[in-house]
Amino acid sequence: MGVRYIGAEVQRMEDPKLITGHGRYVDDIVFDGMLHAAFLRSSQAHAKIHSIDASKASALSGVKRVFTLADLGPNYERRMNQLYPAPVIEQNKTQYPLAKDEVCYVGEAIAVVVADSRAIAEDALALIVVDYETLPAVIDVRTALEDGAQLAHSDATSNLMGKMRSKFGDIKDAFSKADHVFSAGFMQHRGGCHSMETRGVIARDDPWGDGLTLWTSAQSPYLIRRALANWLGEPEERIRVIAPDVGGGFGPKAGFYPEEIVIPLVARIMECPVKWIEDRQEHFISTTTQRDQYWDLEVACASDGKILGLKGKVTHENGAYIPYGILLPNSSLTPLPGAYSIPAIDVGLDIVFTNTVPNSPVRGAGRPCGIYAVERMVQVVSRRLGIDPAIVRRRNFVRPEQMPYETGAKLRGGDPVIYDSGDYEALLDKALELSDYNSFKARQTEARKEGRYLGIGISSCIEDTGMGPYEGTTVRVEASGKIVVKTGAASQGQGHHTMISMIVAENLGVTPEDIIFESADTGKFPHGIGAIGSRIAANVAPSAFDAASKVREKALKLAAEILETAEADLDIEAGIVRVNGAPDVSISLGELAIKLTPPSSTRVPKGFDPILEATSFEGSSGSPIASGTNVAEVEVDIGTGEVKVLRYSVAHDCGVMINPTIVHGQIVGGVVHGIGNALFERMIYDDQGQPLTMNYGEYLLPLASEMPRIDVAHIETPSPLNSLGVKGAGEGGTIPAAAAIIAAIENALEEFSVEIDYYPVDPQYLTGLLEASVAS
Amino acid sequence: MKPAAFIYHDPKTSKEVIELLSKYEDAKILAGGQSLMPMLNMRFVVPDHVIDINGVKELDSVFDNGSSLEIGAMTRQSNLSKSQDVKTKTPIFLEALGNVGHFQTRNRGTIGGSLCHLDPAAEIPCLMAAYDAVMIAEGPNGLREIPFSEWPLTYMIPSLEPDELLIKVRVPYWNSHHGYSFVEFARRHGDFAIIAVAVLIEMDGKTISRASISVGGADIRPIRLFEAEEVLKGENLDVRVFKSAAEIARKVDAMSDAYVTSSYRQRLAATLVERALVQAAERVSRGEN
Amino acid sequence: MPDYRNINVVVNGVKHELDVETRTSLGDFLRQEIKLTGTHLGCEHGVCGACTVLLDGEAVRSCLMLAVQANGHEITTVEGLAEEDGSLHPLQEAFWKHHGLQCGFCTPGMLTSLAAYLGDNPEPNERDLREAISGNICRCTGYQSIVDAALDAAKKMRGE
Ligand SMILES: Cc1cc2nc3c(=O)[nH]c(=O)nc-3n(C[C@@H](O)[C@H](O)[C@H](O)COP(=O)(O)OP(=O)(O)OC[C@H]3O[C@@H](n4cnc5c(N)ncnc54)[C@H](O)[C@@H]3O)c2cc1C
Ligand code: FES
Ligand code: FES
Repeated sequence: MGVRYIGAEVQRMEDPKLITGHGRYVDDIVFDGMLHAAFLRSSQAHAKIHSIDASKASALSGVKRVFTLADLGPNYERRMNQLYPAPVIEQNKTQYPLAKDEVCYVGEAIAVVVADSRAIAEDALALIVVDYETLPAVIDVRTALEDGAQLAHSDATSNLMGKMRSKFGDIKDAFSKADHVFSAGFMQHRGGCHSMETRGVIARDDPWGDGLTLWTSAQSPYLIRRALANWLGEPEERIRVIAPDVGGGFGPKAGFYPEEIVIPLVARIMECPVKWIEDRQEHFISTTTQRDQYWDLEVACASDGKILGLKGKVTHENGAYIPYGILLPNSSLTPLPGAYSIPAIDVGLDIVFTNTVPNSPVRGAGRPCGIYAVERMVQVVSRRLGIDPAIVRRRNFVRPEQMPYETGAKLRGGDPVIYDSGDYEALLDKALELSDYNSFKARQTEARKEGRYLGIGISSCIEDTGMGPYEGTTVRVEASGKIVVKTGAASQGQGHHTMISMIVAENLGVTPEDIIFESADTGKFPHGIGAIGSRIAANVAPSAFDAASKVREKALKLAAEILETAEADLDIEAGIVRVNGAPDVSISLGELAIKLTPPSSTRVPKGFDPILEATSFEGSSGSPIASGTNVAEVEVDIGTGEVKVLRYSVAHDCGVMINPTIVHGQIVGGVVHGIGNALFERMIYDDQGQPLTMNYGEYLLPLASEMPRIDVAHIETPSPLNSLGVKGAGEGGTIPAAAAIIAAIENALEEFSVEIDYYPVDPQYLTGLLEASVAS
Repeated sequence: MKPAAFIYHDPKTSKEVIELLSKYEDAKILAGGQSLMPMLNMRFVVPDHVIDINGVKELDSVFDNGSSLEIGAMTRQSNLSKSQDVKTKTPIFLEALGNVGHFQTRNRGTIGGSLCHLDPAAEIPCLMAAYDAVMIAEGPNGLREIPFSEWPLTYMIPSLEPDELLIKVRVPYWNSHHGYSFVEFARRHGDFAIIAVAVLIEMDGKTISRASISVGGADIRPIRLFEAEEVLKGENLDVRVFKSAAEIARKVDAMSDAYVTSSYRQRLAATLVERALVQAAERVSRGEN
Repeated sequence: MPDYRNINVVVNGVKHELDVETRTSLGDFLRQEIKLTGTHLGCEHGVCGACTVLLDGEAVRSCLMLAVQANGHEITTVEGLAEEDGSLHPLQEAFWKHHGLQCGFCTPGMLTSLAAYLGDNPEPNERDLREAISGNICRCTGYQSIVDAALDAAKKMRGE
């Protein structure tokens, strides 16, 4: 074997262009004759549309055309398809690409202007007159299921989209045997995507040439191709979807949006390329988000803190449509029972329509909510019984010797959730050590003397990562000796280019710099699934490893014949196959590639297929379960209610780390996203459904100034489910963060015995709790 | 998010600015652009004419006239922080300016722009209230002096005629060893404060002879806590006195909006007034200034 | 009746003279007219900092300036940070080494902001740097690696 790359802190291959301003994001792509689009979006949360008058707008100089739904063509007055059909969906509401006669949230696209420039297109938007008849809107999910509630869709039977339930074990028995039953109710709010690059689409149609091409800022180009082909009724092969450099995704870019239908159709009709770049205001109201979940849980436990059962009910706010199936609510339930062996669970979940932006997963999807719920109940048990939260965890963890451990829950596809590997107590120990947990009491007492309130909080989690079915990789040696690596896996900053190149380079005896990497282009690789659910490493890495191994085998076999030696005596180093012990007998990979792609009237060596290439779709045989424990230390200013995160420690296990630097970046970035959820980010609507927090002064993303330094330690328990032992790492920082922060706040305010029942925790809410506590 | 079209003007003197203002009905002055440009981009403001005063060099000056500091309207926030006069004579400005947005926005944002934009929670208006600064506007009929107490007409509306331009502010000095403190509470660094408090005190021996407390963000304009100032006068630097001043702050008129209730604003006002007084007292007793 | 002005600007050392519509922001001008797409627009309302460029050496938001206002000034964008021979600015080196970027969208604004900041503040500590970049939003990195990169670059720039 040549140089080892797997496990090394290799500097990223994608960085040189990005640090010098040479990235190629959608908005950086320009074509001759390209027109610019802007969407007219509903200003009403719920309304009938009686008419749309675009005559003034169409007449504006520089405007090429204004399209409403009817203008797209008679075949296209159809709703979008459900991306992920599921029996749970009782009322399948997807939107029209442009609204037909009813709008159901502020931001729903109604018309599109195509003009010489974006500025002119926006000028025209102001001239379009929509005759709305305002309908009552339903905004508060808590009352949406009450009798007589207003309906989010005028033709719906109720606001219930569907119901689901996670149920296993003997819940009755658990509660009847329990020494204690405690209950807690809490609201969890998760906000939007807010990737720094907004969405954007360019479409170009060339019916006699390349067909329809889309450049779109997306996580799942193949899903877009299929969804668009299905909707248009056209072959996939004539549609090419390219995700160029993408400036962050975090879930909401994994879907298929109305603009990805409208812009291609408009480009086709106008016979020229059309660009639409979402602006930040649109992002707030047209990119899918997460919203509120209300949880009411009861936990049954023994007096030593051993948890016997968990039951309750969740109300999940879904927004106005279900573009993305039930992935989000489903993944809220699958993480129960968290890192613990809880024998019985029965939690039901109602998915409810409101007149707000439709839902999709955001970093972690429902997992942060499910884990928060479990961790919350562990916190409740610990506080009510007066047992240290670390000890309660120790008494409940699933232990390594129980693995593979089947929890009883089901994954989306119906497979059982099985904890494949991990050592949750070791992670706890590591996190406690990193955070100086044992000396915290002394710190706390010392600070209290100065009138400062410190608190510490723990949160442990598991994460089902790497869901299947596959991602694939093709590895090909070209005549120059360069290695072409192609995959369907799209990156939004996670460093796939580097990670995959490292694997291929190590296996093939080349350097990562020898690799020409192509991804996220449906024209270059036949199929892929998408960068969601921390699934890329666990799927694509084994495929890259396998494809490279096959190319290596083929190269060695051919070289052995040519060099007249045994394969076992050969090794590849710096792209050259050499005979061990005879350094001048060699042949380069490039030369071997030429042998397999010979000129006309010559032969391919006998027994070989042409081309020094292999493709593999090898992945994981199940969902590798990553795990971690986070410890947050906070200070609460009781004068203002401000929470400062002083210290944050993470112990994480994502199996074998291919590139620890990249993993570290994923964890730290994920934690900060989680802290944002816990303390800052909140998308607020008024009771009429008007969004209020529509800019970055009001919607509070975490900034460097408020974020702590995050200490990260790793334990590597290889997953038995794939050849490299890897598990996903993209969301493991986010999932446990809110629970750790909130436990820490409660701990800091122990003497006021406040109980936090929602997040994001804002200072005003905290001072309210303090005032109520002092008053009683 | 592209601005609607407008006609752009770039006058070089304040006289030209006033002529343009008199001539055009729907004109907007563009200073640092850190508040106006977002509103143009979002099309919340769609003026026919934009009058860029960045080329009016006479408005960009910081001048010590012996008894007060005269700050030209176009003085950039970052440049004011670099002024030696500010460092020695009005050090509270440094403390406040560090919270006005971020260094990149301070490189463009101006003193006059902030005073005309008049966000209720903005730091610079809060300072001017504490100092009883004098706003100097120029119009077709010449100069007009407006005490800061009369400057905000109502929510985010300064006392300026449509054809008037703010050209400078005059900030009268406090004695050379006054105590000062500027504290604010914002969710994140660089955000507009929820509540901001500016405190100035002067001593006569061991007792407070003069005090100024202004609170930004509570009401639609920065307000002075005259009653609390009276409570301080003649007292020693005593935490109990500061607490009574804070209790007066707790009763300040405060607004409610979609994010923050009036009672939380009042709580913050009380907390921050007490903290600012403690810090100002520490400074004055250490002779820091 | 679009309003146009003729302007002269020097961008990364290169002189440009052209007509711009007066409502065009400096950011759009750089991206669309000068075709330097390294400057990114993340919010167009002054908060995210992705669009930061240097105006006569000082960091400013290019979404909050009109292109006409750059008339007679020198602009440096992320494309102008490296030396002419292609050798990287110490900040670029450090961002690469410390994994100071993931998707890279905030990166141009981070680099330009920090280049200006370190010019004025050669010896910052972590706290200073966190405050300095509080006007630049990064959704990916959690900021830590950016701070580490800046500390390292500052050291290099001080000749240590
Ligand atoms: C991210 C960000 C954070 C910010 N945070 C804060 C903060 O924490 N605190 C704070 O106070 N501000 C904050 N601001 C706003 C601040 O930066 C602005 O500088 C200030 O509000 C306006 O100053 P300006 O020079 O930019 O004025 P402009 O935006 O150019 O103008 C503002 C208004 O004043 C009028 N005007 C300007 N000058 C004159 C004049 N001489 N005579 C008459 N009218 C005039 C304009 O017509 C306009 O209506 C922030 C801005 C941003 C982008
Ligand atoms: S684009 Fe200019 S600050 Fe965000
Ligand atoms: S690297 Fe993606 S926003 Fe900073």
